[in-house]
Amino acid sequence: MIEAVDICKSFDGNQILENVSATFKTGQTNLIIGQSGSGKTVFLKTLVGLHQPDSGSVFYDARNFTSMSKKERIEARKEIGMLFQGSALFDSQTVEENVRFPLDVFTTQSLEERRDRVNACLQRVNLENVNDLFPSEISGGMQKRVAIARAIALNPRYLFCDEPNSGLDPKTAIVIDELIQEITQEYNMTTIVNTHDMNSVFAIGENIVFIYEGKKHWEGTSEDIFDSDNKALNDFIFASKFFKKIKDHR
Amino acid sequence: MAFLFHLGRYALFVREVFRRPVKHRLLLTQTIKEMDVLGISSVGIVVIISFFMGAVITLQTAYNIELPFIPKYTIGLAARDSILLEFSSTIVSLILAGKVGSHIASEIGTMRVTEQIDVLDVMGINSVGFLVLPKVLAMVFLLPFLVLISMGIGIIGGWSAGTLTGVVPSNDFIYGIQYAFIPFYIVYSLIKALVFAFLITTISGYWGYYTTGGSLEVGHSSTRAVVVSSIQILLFNLLLTQLLLA
Ligand SMILES: Nc1ncnc2c1ncn2[C@@H]1O[C@H](COP(=O)(O)OP(=O)(O)OP(=O)(O)O)[C@@H](O)[C@H]1O
Ligand SMILES: [Mg+2]
Repeated sequence: MIEAVDICKSFDGNQILENVSATFKTGQTNLIIGQSGSGKTVFLKTLVGLHQPDSGSVFYDARNFTSMSKKERIEARKEIGMLFQGSALFDSQTVEENVRFPLDVFTTQSLEERRDRVNACLQRVNLENVNDLFPSEISGGMQKRVAIARAIALNPRYLFCDEPNSGLDPKTAIVIDELIQEITQEYNMTTIVNTHDMNSVFAIGENIVFIYEGKKHWEGTSEDIFDSDNKALNDFIFASKFFKKIKDHR
Repeated sequence: MAFLFHLGRYALFVREVFRRPVKHRLLLTQTIKEMDVLGISSVGIVVIISFFMGAVITLQTAYNIELPFIPKYTIGLAARDSILLEFSSTIVSLILAGKVGSHIASEIGTMRVTEQIDVLDVMGINSVGFLVLPKVLAMVFLLPFLVLISMGIGIIGGWSAGTLTGVVPSNDFIYGIQYAFIPFYIVYSLIKALVFAFLITTISGYWGYYTTGGSLEVGHSSTRAVVVSSIQILLFNLLLTQLLLA
């Protein structure tokens, strides 16, 4: 379980997050939704400690991550896997080297053991025969999958995904969403996903946090969304005619 | 104000370069890779530039001292000292500040804007050290060799130009480059090369690392890296000359 308590964050006097509190459960795919620029990425990066919050704390299974010493934090980081908005694969390394990277740095396994682990992770995300290709030689969807494989290489307990399906076609997007959900359940991870994709919201939204102008405006499941009378949420979710129709139909 | 800000942040950056390095085996492979990318690939340009500069220095010296009572070997001597003292260390470093500096800044800058540096940070790796230390080690190790190569090629260039044009006979030139030879000049140049290698890699790494925005800003960082490291090379050249030769 990950808990954010009263997180505030500003850049150059510009308040981006204002007293955001939320609880993210283990074994579930927790979603953070909100429109572009609402502060989702900043929130996610604050949760993993890439940004230091101005005030407030983040708890990882009751361990206060924000107040940890640098050393404790480095230890804790080994349990964190993260998928960035643009995949962020190392362009100078092959697919295999990318996935092997965390193993190279943090384990004392033999090259053979590490290779086996790489292949297991790549198989888990349904990628085969791409080991020797460079990131620029594979499609965007495949890059996301490689990035997922890299994020799970060390068997993390916590997985963070920043818009895992942005820039993908609807079908590939669903494959990625389902993959994240399956992996979460399989390894009983605490997974937090940033998204503004409505398909994801309805497909994998077990616990949804809605951020609006830097504040938490709503929280619930994908079922609850239809019954909410929160105006900002309704404007966001049912912005498209298609989703509006579905709502009216119910 | 901006100057002080960058100076302070640069000092902290340099301290971070040497902290918590990754496993030695990994550091070694990274360093060897960087030697290839930054150093070995620069041999060609160093050879070409040194040959032509050596030739030009010799011809200019010859045309400037065309007085009958000055012996011809003086040309070899003067060309040698220009090459050993200034040209092979300072000019070669300035050219490499352009080539290597822009390479480092744009590589690290691109990693910043595409969140590759965040990947390292999230894993708890010291991203500054991981990215910059291998480059510093590679260049500090290789630049002295590049300078030595440049000295040799520069003198060969001078000899070729002198004999081919006939302004200085081969014998006179060869006598001149041995006449009143001070070995410390080479040591002096190599010390400068070590300092310049450190400046080029850390300054370029600094500008790349603190890139914000997108590809346009990567270009800005790369330009800044080259300009700032060139200016620092000139400044330190002055300081070291006063310190070592005075
Ligand atoms: N490092 C930073 N320095 C200054 N301002 C920042 C920084 N990072 C983000 N911001 C600002 O914070 C605001 C929220 O940005 P954020 O990236 O969190 O949005 P987002 O919800 O992730 O949007 P998107 O869906 O487009 O990715 C933006 O106005 C952005 O300009
Ligand atoms: Mg974002």
